[in-house]
Formats: sequence, structure tokens, C-alpha cells
Amino acid sequence: MLPAAAIAWKYVLAGTPEDSPNYTKTDHWWGMLIDIPKCIGCGNCVRACQAENDVPDGYFRTWVERYLVTDWDMTNPEVISPDGGKEGFPAAKEEENGKYFFVPKMCNHCADSPCTQVCPVGATFITPDGVVLVDQTYCLGCAYCVQACPYGCRYIHPEKKVADKCTLCYHRITKGLTTACCESCPTGARQLVDLKDPKDPIHAFLKTHAVQVLKPQMATGAKAFYNGLDGSVR
Amino acid sequence: MRQFKDSGHLFRFAFLFAVAIVVFLVVRHFVVPKSFGEYGHYRGAAITEIAARPVHFAGQSACETCHSDVAQMKTAGMHKGVHCEACHGPQARHADDPGSVQPAKLDTALLCVRCHAASAAKPKTFPQVAAEDHSGGVACETCHQPHSPAISSTQAGGAK
Repeated sequence: MLPAAAIAWKYVLAGTPEDSPNYTKTDHWWGMLIDIPKCIGCGNCVRACQAENDVPDGYFRTWVERYLVTDWDMTNPEVISPDGGKEGFPAAKEEENGKYFFVPKMCNHCADSPCTQVCPVGATFITPDGVVLVDQTYCLGCAYCVQACPYGCRYIHPEKKVADKCTLCYHRITKGLTTACCESCPTGARQLVDLKDPKDPIHAFLKTHAVQVLKPQMATGAKAFYNGLDGSVR
Repeated sequence: MRQFKDSGHLFRFAFLFAVAIVVFLVVRHFVVPKSFGEYGHYRGAAITEIAARPVHFAGQSACETCHSDVAQMKTAGMHKGVHCEACHGPQARHADDPGSVQPAKLDTALLCVRCHAASAAKPKTFPQVAAEDHSGGVACETCHQPHSPAISSTQAGGAK
């Protein structure tokens, strides 16, 4: 029996996802696990995303922020993200009264997403497998969705003049590959997860770790789960 | 009986209304994409179109199909969890046509420090070096084999 990945690769070469016979949308519910203590801020994910998805310079489908939280001011962390963290971060000196950490950000692929609810023409939607996508042939470029996203994950493409965002590498995950950012993450700080797959290690992970989503008070049903997320992260 | 005398107006109006509805339905049939509403209030075919975009990263298993020797070497070392394309970049075209598309040679002077340059912001357990103090300008691969970076006694001496 060929391993599933070999079949997937054969399929990639063929370049015809329409005949993806092994992929049933309703069998999946995609999300992402981001393990903050593992992130070293190398920017590999940002570069990989730009290479995979032809993201224009200065725009980001995923980016990395570096937080510096000093003990006496939890509500005002110092956050930097030079060029989205694409070329890494400047070296930091040890802070006596503070802590540093990196936070990779991306579309949370919300199950109850505010961005899809505001679209006046049905150009953005949640797929049956839980990925928030943009139909760029249908989008008017009104940017309601850009404003609606509480996580700042959307932008108007400077040339196409339509909304653009993380697709969770939908062209990859439907072929059995992982996303470009997960593929290139050297420390395994990012993991693509399939919440409908009972064999996915995410279930054991969620059981044994204190995991958070960003802005839970917004009730977006975010599916980017952060392990070890500091309370100062916005 | 007077009100019935003008009932023709009502019929004419109803007829126009019916024609308008038919025109609306015909126009709608042509302008609304076929797959609209297949899964929800959007064009279902958009999902297939997005899934058809080209792949740039071949994926770890594609690399290991041919480069099983390197994969084997990696399993023993600290870089076992690092996928090939994390350093070598997107290689789908190479995997597609290994004969004519060759991956670029990597510059370890740039590549190694991208992850391993010392910074207080990185997790304390992650191995980090201040490159100048650590090697004094000697290239990383003089001592460290990138696919299995721990220095063995048989490898180049002189390094700590």
C-alpha cells in the first residue's frame, strides 16, 4: 500500500484537484495549533507563506509579533513586528523585570466568523471543512470584511483590488499536505489540526494543555489554538 | 356594478406583474453562477478553484521519497524535526522535475544564524550562539553537519 502522502504527491503532480477522490469536505474540520513556547521568531512561516501564496510585499497572511511584557505593566506590552517578522527580529538583551515571547498570528478560521457575515455579495464564506475563503472573482473590494475581522487578518490586494487572506493553504490540505507555514516551521511551533479526525494528536494535546484562542470575548469560534498564550496578547 | 367595469385594469396589471416575474427569473437564471448556493450563500465552484492553485512546497514525504539517505541521517540528530524545505525553501518544481531543476546552494552563514543567533527573546531551551564569539568567523559547516549538527569526535577538530 502506498503511504497516503505518496498518493497525495502523485496527485499534486497531476495538478487536478477536481479529481481528489480521497478528499471529502465534510470529513474534516481544520484548525491550527500554535505553541508559543516553541516559537523562536525566525520568520520562516512568513517567508514560506509569501512564497506559497504570492503574497505581495508589505502584506501578510501570517506574521510574527514579538512581545515584551514588563512586570509592572501587563496591559501595555511593547509589541514589534518588523516587516511581519519576515527577516527575523533584532537581537534582544536580557530584561531584568520583563519577559519576551513571540506570537505568530494568522487567520483564525473562525467557526462563527464576523468577516463572512458582513459580506454583501457572498464572496467570502466558510467551507464545509471549516476554512474561511474569499471568492476573488465575486468580491467587490468593499473591504467590509477587512474592517470586521477582529484579528486584522485580511487586506485588500494592491493589484487585484479584492479581499485577500490566509486560505489555510486550502490547495495543499485538500491534497494531504500540510500548510506552507507548518511545513517550514523548524521547531514545530505551528501544527495543522483536523478536529474531526479522532487520530489527530490535537485531541490529546487539548486534553492535557491549557490552550487559549485570541479574543475569546468576541465569540468568533476561533480555531487557531494557542498554547502558553500570555494574558497580555491582544 | 361600476367596480367590475374597470376590472380589466387589474388583469392588465396582473399580467404585467407576471411578465416581470418571468423576466426576473430568466435574467436571474443567466446571471447567478450555477454553483451558487451549492453549500451556502456563495459560489460553490470557488472552493474547487482555490483548491486548484499550484503548490510550491513539495512536502516532507516527497523529499524523503528520493533523499532517504539524508532523511535517515536527520533522524539521529537534533534537526530530526526540521523539514527539508524549512532550510532548502520551496522545492515543488525540483520534486516535479529533479533532473533539470536543482535547488540553490545554501549559505550557512546566513541560514544557521536565522534560527540560532543568540537573543534573550528566544525560548531559553533553544540552542543559541553569539556567532562571533562561538566560531570567530569560521563557517558553521566546518564543524557542524547541518543534517546532523552535533559534533562527533571524527569530525573536524579544533571546535569546542
